[in-house]
Amino acid sequence: MIEKKIQNLKDLAKLKNKIKRRNMSNKIHVVISNGTCGQARGSEKVVQAFQKEIEKQQIQDKVKIRATGCHGFCEVEPNIIIYPEGIFYQKLRPKDVKEIISQTTLNNKIIDDFLYIDPNSGKKFIYEKEIPFYIKQQRIVSGNNINVDPTNIDDYLAIGGYEALSKVLSEKTPEEIIEIVKNSGLRGRGGAGFLTGYKWQLCRNAVNSDFKFVICNADEGDPGAYMDRSLLEGNPHCVLEGMIIGAYAIGANQGYIYVRDEYPLAVEHVTIAIEQAREYGFLGKNILGFDFDFDIIISKGEGAFVCGEETALIASIEGRRGEPRQRPPYPVQKGLWGKPTNINNIETWANVPLIMNKGAEWFSKIGTNGSKGTKIFSLVGKINNTGLVEVPMGITLREIIYDIGGGIPGGKEFKAVQTGGPSGGCLPKELLDLPIDYESLTEAGSIMGSGGMIVMDEDTCMVDVAKYFLNFLRDESCGKCLSCREGTHRMWEIVNDISEGKGGDLELLEQLARIVKDASMCGLGQTASNPVLSTLRYFREEYEAHIKDKKCPARVCKELIQYFIDEEKCTGCMACIKPCPQEAITGELKKLHTLDQSKCIKCGACYEACRFDAIIIK
Amino acid sequence: MYSYNSKIESLTKKHSSERKALIPILRDIQAEYNYLPQEALILVSESLDIPLIDIVGVATFYRAFSLEPRGKHTVTVCLGTACHVRGGPKVLEEFERKLNIMTGHTTEDKEFTLETVNCFGCCAIGPVAVVDKDYYAQINIRKVDPILKKYRKKKTKQ
Repeated sequence: MIEKKIQNLKDLAKLKNKIKRRNMSNKIHVVISNGTCGQARGSEKVVQAFQKEIEKQQIQDKVKIRATGCHGFCEVEPNIIIYPEGIFYQKLRPKDVKEIISQTTLNNKIIDDFLYIDPNSGKKFIYEKEIPFYIKQQRIVSGNNINVDPTNIDDYLAIGGYEALSKVLSEKTPEEIIEIVKNSGLRGRGGAGFLTGYKWQLCRNAVNSDFKFVICNADEGDPGAYMDRSLLEGNPHCVLEGMIIGAYAIGANQGYIYVRDEYPLAVEHVTIAIEQAREYGFLGKNILGFDFDFDIIISKGEGAFVCGEETALIASIEGRRGEPRQRPPYPVQKGLWGKPTNINNIETWANVPLIMNKGAEWFSKIGTNGSKGTKIFSLVGKINNTGLVEVPMGITLREIIYDIGGGIPGGKEFKAVQTGGPSGGCLPKELLDLPIDYESLTEAGSIMGSGGMIVMDEDTCMVDVAKYFLNFLRDESCGKCLSCREGTHRMWEIVNDISEGKGGDLELLEQLARIVKDASMCGLGQTASNPVLSTLRYFREEYEAHIKDKKCPARVCKELIQYFIDEEKCTGCMACIKPCPQEAITGELKKLHTLDQSKCIKCGACYEACRFDAIIIK
Repeated sequence: MYSYNSKIESLTKKHSSERKALIPILRDIQAEYNYLPQEALILVSESLDIPLIDIVGVATFYRAFSLEPRGKHTVTVCLGTACHVRGGPKVLEEFERKLNIMTGHTTEDKEFTLETVNCFGCCAIGPVAVVDKDYYAQINIRKVDPILKKYRKKKTKQ
């Protein structure tokens, strides 16, 4: 075996030159987005089709393909970018590959059928950088996903990877590094938004300990948030580099990545990345020849939302039930096995190498007074351009939802956007011009959280949304505090009754919500009331409609709606008859169908099957 | 009981005998048997010297572990917020009807276990369901039966 380990900075420079020389060519690059979303839509088969076609045509010296992590534009997966021009093709199937190779890569011809069409203007776009979804973004952290094959450390080195590490090891003291992070104003991207530099400082200063830990919290549990998965999947080395720098600054020699088991591809890629980093000597003993040892172990989460809370996460790594404990002492004082432990989430760690390379001043110029840098949001739900968007802090909700997201599909009206996961809240259209930062979101009754942004339209019932989150929370509450265990359940019961038209006491609900907030120990319980309180604050009339009029204005709550057949629109096509599990619909071909209300279970199968809008909900 | 002995011993030997090895050992047992057999937990309790009640406490805390045998195929329906607003619950109900079981249960022929997950992180393509390791994007009620048929077919072929 060839010794790959890099002994010193000279070796590293040599290796980088070698990679650069190898990469210098006039080859055409086809970059294929191949993250989990892409794979779910068949991107792997597109990758294979490219490999086959290139081999078949014997053009390996002209065209090179790179399967990368997510490019962010999940709506139009599988998509590719063809460099050097940056041509963007979307929604590809394996059978399209032959044409792309012969027309575009070899003959420079643009194929119209694969171009992205803006749903609002109807305009077609050829180049990635012109697409409205990308224009307002500032992809300083997530943008490199396009440039690296996550399973190849050389790709990361080629774009300047591990330069930040070699720079700080050779030029900076740990104290200086912490000072840079402090000056940058970087705040934790996992939810609470604590200043990262101060956290590091507290951990470094923790006394009476011979051993310290750093942990990467990759237990991204907020439903509707997946930016961390995308980073770990698409560019794992930038997370590792951040952790190594942090460990050096804090004085830690062992790191953990606590990652969700529901993210198999991320686990696979980060496992490979750690092995490669060890081979090259970025992890292990005497890193790059300096007197600094550090290594990383992967610890898998077994599907418990509360384990995203740092003390619960620690308990889980130690092999116990993931129950949070009282703080203080904070993990920076007493964490994993009682040793000082610094925990940051994936996106926070991924920002560190950037700050080291470009400086605190550069970073702090992006964003607002209190919230620096960019934030990656997952823009999902009822939105045209679903995907991961990275924007500077301070951008407004309107810019994200309309300029980047392309607005609401089907001509529907925007109703609310839910941020911050189960700890967050729903913001109404009156707040669309709210600049997004940690403070403004908290003031509005939500939180930044890890960056989930779920857009809801007029067909979304806010009582149902509150019920959804309460059901989530009563299920995920670890049960340690009575207020959270019983409180989330009782709140769910009240909201469930309201949604079923059984009436309910909104004052009692509010009172209970405040008690759960005040009396619970960890973040889960303290924020569990936010979905209820924020929907009560902005959509109280919707609750009242359910209670007083026994109506669900959005026509979602099953007990309050009925399905009917529109006699004028029904063509008698029989499409709705077969899918009905209750045989509630009867009728003959080309004759008006009838729906037996006594049999109907309101499953919505007929509604989905009808192509003439003849099934109506009242 | 003896049938578990050597297997569990070899699984536990892969890990250290410290407390932190408990969850990885349980994960291996779950992967081997598709659930955590009671006898296996007793053996783990003895070899790690942890009271059985603690082990059951851990095993019941995490969603990934099951104390009952699971079916050959696991159907997992995503109920993340994005899938929820796009009709995930309706899809789940259809799976319940078609499999004739409630969520969290296994069909009588031990072919399917129906579960939910809080988020797969593929929100762009919701509602999502995953059968074993295959992802199904943007599903609706009508796609449920054809998806299940694929796995039922495999059974008759074998």
